[in-house]
Amino acid sequence: MDLSSIDPVLLIASLMVAATAVMIAAIGELIAERAGVLNLGVEGMMITGAICGFAMAVQTGSPTIGFLAAAAGGALLSLLFAFLTQVALANQVASGLALTLFGLGLSSLLGQDYQGIKPPSTPRIDIPVLTDLPAVGRIVFGHDLMVYFGLALVAATWAFLKYTRAGLVLRSVGENHDAAHALGYKVVRIRVMAIAFGGACAGLGGAYISLVRVPQWTEGMTAGIGWIALALVVFASWKPWRVLLGAYLFGGVTVLQLNLQAAGIAIPVEYLSMSPYIITIVVLVIMSADKSRAPASLGRIFHATH
Amino acid sequence: MKLTKRALMTGAALAVGLAATGVAAQDDVTKVGFVYVGPVGDGGWTYEHDQARQKVEEHFGDKVETVYVESVPEGPDSERVMTQMALDGADLIFTTSFGYMDPTINVAKKFPDVKFEHATGYKTADNVSVYSARFYEGRAVQGTIAGHMTESNVIGYIGSYPIPEVIRGINAAYIHAKKVNPDVEFKIVWAFTWIDPAKEADAAKVLIEQGADVILQHTDSTAPLAAAQEAGGIIGFGQASDMAEYKPSPRVSSIIDNWAPYYIDRVQAVMDGTWESKNTWDGIAPGMVEIGEITDAVPEEVKAEALALKESIASGEYHPFTGPLKKQDGSDWLAEGETADDGTLAGMNFYVEGIQGEIPQ
Amino acid sequence: MVTLEKRPQPSRIVAWSTPFMAVLATMIAGGLLFAALGEDPLVAIRTIFWDPLFGQHAFFYRPQLLVKGAPLILIAIGLSLGFRAGIWNIGAEGQYILGAICGAGMGLAFYPAEGWFIFPLMVMAGALGGLVWAMIPGLLKVRFGTNEILVSLMLVYVAEQLLASMSLGLLKNPQGFGFPGSRNLQQYPSAHNAELIAGTGMHWGVAAALIAVIFAYVLLTRHQLGYHIRLTGEAPRAAKFAGIAPARLVLFCLGISGAFAGLAGMFEVSGPAGQVSIDFNTGYGFTAIIVAFLGRLHPVGILLAGLLMALTYIGGEIAQSSLGLPAAAIQMFQGMLLFFLLAVDVLTSYRLRFGKREAA
Repeated sequence: MDLSSIDPVLLIASLMVAATAVMIAAIGELIAERAGVLNLGVEGMMITGAICGFAMAVQTGSPTIGFLAAAAGGALLSLLFAFLTQVALANQVASGLALTLFGLGLSSLLGQDYQGIKPPSTPRIDIPVLTDLPAVGRIVFGHDLMVYFGLALVAATWAFLKYTRAGLVLRSVGENHDAAHALGYKVVRIRVMAIAFGGACAGLGGAYISLVRVPQWTEGMTAGIGWIALALVVFASWKPWRVLLGAYLFGGVTVLQLNLQAAGIAIPVEYLSMSPYIITIVVLVIMSADKSRAPASLGRIFHATH
Repeated sequence: MKLTKRALMTGAALAVGLAATGVAAQDDVTKVGFVYVGPVGDGGWTYEHDQARQKVEEHFGDKVETVYVESVPEGPDSERVMTQMALDGADLIFTTSFGYMDPTINVAKKFPDVKFEHATGYKTADNVSVYSARFYEGRAVQGTIAGHMTESNVIGYIGSYPIPEVIRGINAAYIHAKKVNPDVEFKIVWAFTWIDPAKEADAAKVLIEQGADVILQHTDSTAPLAAAQEAGGIIGFGQASDMAEYKPSPRVSSIIDNWAPYYIDRVQAVMDGTWESKNTWDGIAPGMVEIGEITDAVPEEVKAEALALKESIASGEYHPFTGPLKKQDGSDWLAEGETADDGTLAGMNFYVEGIQGEIPQ
Repeated sequence: MVTLEKRPQPSRIVAWSTPFMAVLATMIAGGLLFAALGEDPLVAIRTIFWDPLFGQHAFFYRPQLLVKGAPLILIAIGLSLGFRAGIWNIGAEGQYILGAICGAGMGLAFYPAEGWFIFPLMVMAGALGGLVWAMIPGLLKVRFGTNEILVSLMLVYVAEQLLASMSLGLLKNPQGFGFPGSRNLQQYPSAHNAELIAGTGMHWGVAAALIAVIFAYVLLTRHQLGYHIRLTGEAPRAAKFAGIAPARLVLFCLGISGAFAGLAGMFEVSGPAGQVSIDFNTGYGFTAIIVAFLGRLHPVGILLAGLLMALTYIGGEIAQSSLGLPAAAIQMFQGMLLFFLLAVDVLTSYRLRFGKREAA
């Protein structure tokens, strides 16, 4: 029963890994929501990405091709959602739920021949001197490439939304699609692209689980991480850097509770497991006093009437 | 088509409130149903049940027809699936999850001529048997290997839910690890899930980071083994299925749930008309619990010792819970030479002396 | 080029015929899927849609449709009122769990005493549990303007953890040999939600679902509150001018959907399921959202949609056991059905126009 067995450096290093999948998926969903689309099908797209990536990596022996295939698979599936919500003007909540159902079924059909196989391993960066630096070395330089990709994605998304014209257009579509349309922006086209981006990110997140974090294929292996990604976007109040913070916080709670258990400290696991969600609600309440609320057109259907 | 015959019979069955179905038993083909709680591709619990189903088909050939439904939620859905199988003329139905216990009893009442076999439960009836495996016998063997192999003297244990079966496994492993290595310490993490690869991977990593160099798992995915492999120098064991893809290391051995001998035996009994309700709790001896190959990563003398332990358990010469043993709180449990009775084992809710930590409530 | 053009008025004929088109399209697409898996598509489709209703064992499956459909319908009816007013409770799964915990907890508190008053108290506790859980997003929305979609969704996960905690702790059956899960209420007569007429599948939950359908129908067509709900959803501005207090409407809609979901959970736990266990919830709360939309948010539509969903579940199980189709194929099939049903709805309010759209 001593806390000394918990090594803070390793704790931070492993929460970075635990947070990566959900972070990548959440960034994708953030872009979709910033464009005014609420896609509840993240879980379905993630698991589809997980199997697409796994299968391709096994077939080709290359994790890189696996990740590309995962992004493609997730994006392809998300286009189904895009068709329903942007072309057929169906309700986004219901379409997203249906997408998850469909994705779960599709992935287990695709995955039937991939049980009990080890995928090719994704190399970890190992820079002789740097990685061996005390503390910092392991945290900053000791991960697989996808961890850095995730961080880069957060930075790129932030820069995109803040500094580029395209980012501005995307946000305006999310805030007020009628006004954006009046200004001549292609609301539907922009949203479809945002949805596809979200799908690709979800697929990558899923593949990170099946290729790096676990690595294996099991039906239903994403086990609710897609739903956590949704929570994360809200927690982050639609801001990329806060997604990073939130992902580390969520990942941190998981890793920390396991660490505390292993150190022999009796903790009520269930209550600790609910804490991220309760924190998210609290954040939502605090945020509502702030200006940073949800994109105004989130979840609303757009149809150009003229 | 048998349709007309069946239709007549079900008409009659309806009249007496379903009581008279199951009549299809006169067919020369024995129909066997399987209700699974997970997908057949889970690589663990359900996978092994389905392997056994396939062996039943292989063994009996044309004389048997098997059907299964996978991912059936416990509760009313399982009750419906069982009823449907019984209506469709199943002679014998295996329900393979603890949560199917009450539904199995309910359905069995309505179909007195259909035989039911419920895995891991404790309620029987005239036409309901229960069966389970003494996995703890395998845990004793694992504990012996683990105790010898650990250099850090820290063994990590990933538990699923704090239920008697899992606690029994922890105790059996601990007792035998301690026997061969008095300095050994167990670190136990509860995942609160049977299968969630990402969480299992996290749990394994945490245990490794806290100094464990042997990981035992009571969850069903290969994720902990993958984590062990990545960390390097760590060993683990296959759980539920052999997990042979991680041979020779980190997977140095495994506990395999082998239901096939039992299933074949019970199907045969139905065919012969000798089926009786019974309570089966089999271990290594009849082959229900199998110890997967101990690889060369384990030194020869450790391997020999583990196999000798396995033999003595199989022959009935040795019981993994033999006194003197104390409970965690220091109170006496088993006196010198005394062995644990099945009742206590079935409801085991305490750690033995020496294990740190509390069982979550 | 195909474009959509808004109809001056939603078409009634199309509204009624689109679901059939969708089912037909699903049969074709699903048939292709089954054929790709090596099954005879006609047999598979017949097994899913026909056998539960008219097959040789229909006497068993028809009541099961009610058992499986009732919670979906009851929850969906509650949700649809809010959805019509633009109030999005997507956390019915959590409210369902809370209803079950509270309902079962109330019953078990009296164990083993018998009394006629126990079941009614459980009903109240179940409804109250769901109501309180739904009031959290409701009050937060009214007081702070937080988004109820997200809060109610978050609360589902909290509820799931609470359920695990209850099954392993407070409500665990003391005679259950340490296994998780409560006592079985089916063996506790005063708390058992038994079939009202044996063999019909009719339990109090089914009755409640049917009453809810009628209640919602009357409310929406005959009552001022129903008018307010519709007005708020269709023309929020006008509603404001008409003096409708949005806060009260939010609380009403969330409250009633929570109470209905709680009731569904309570009837399920005391009847078909029997006990509180870790895996008690099987997604009824989420499926009900889909049912509400499939039913076009109309009480009668929801009734039919709930039964249709139940049919695909039951037919899917039959297809698994008698044809050996994997559960995944059934799941995909259901997904397709939902896609088609959602996709064709657009034709109710819009018509397709072929050819180039003239410049606006």
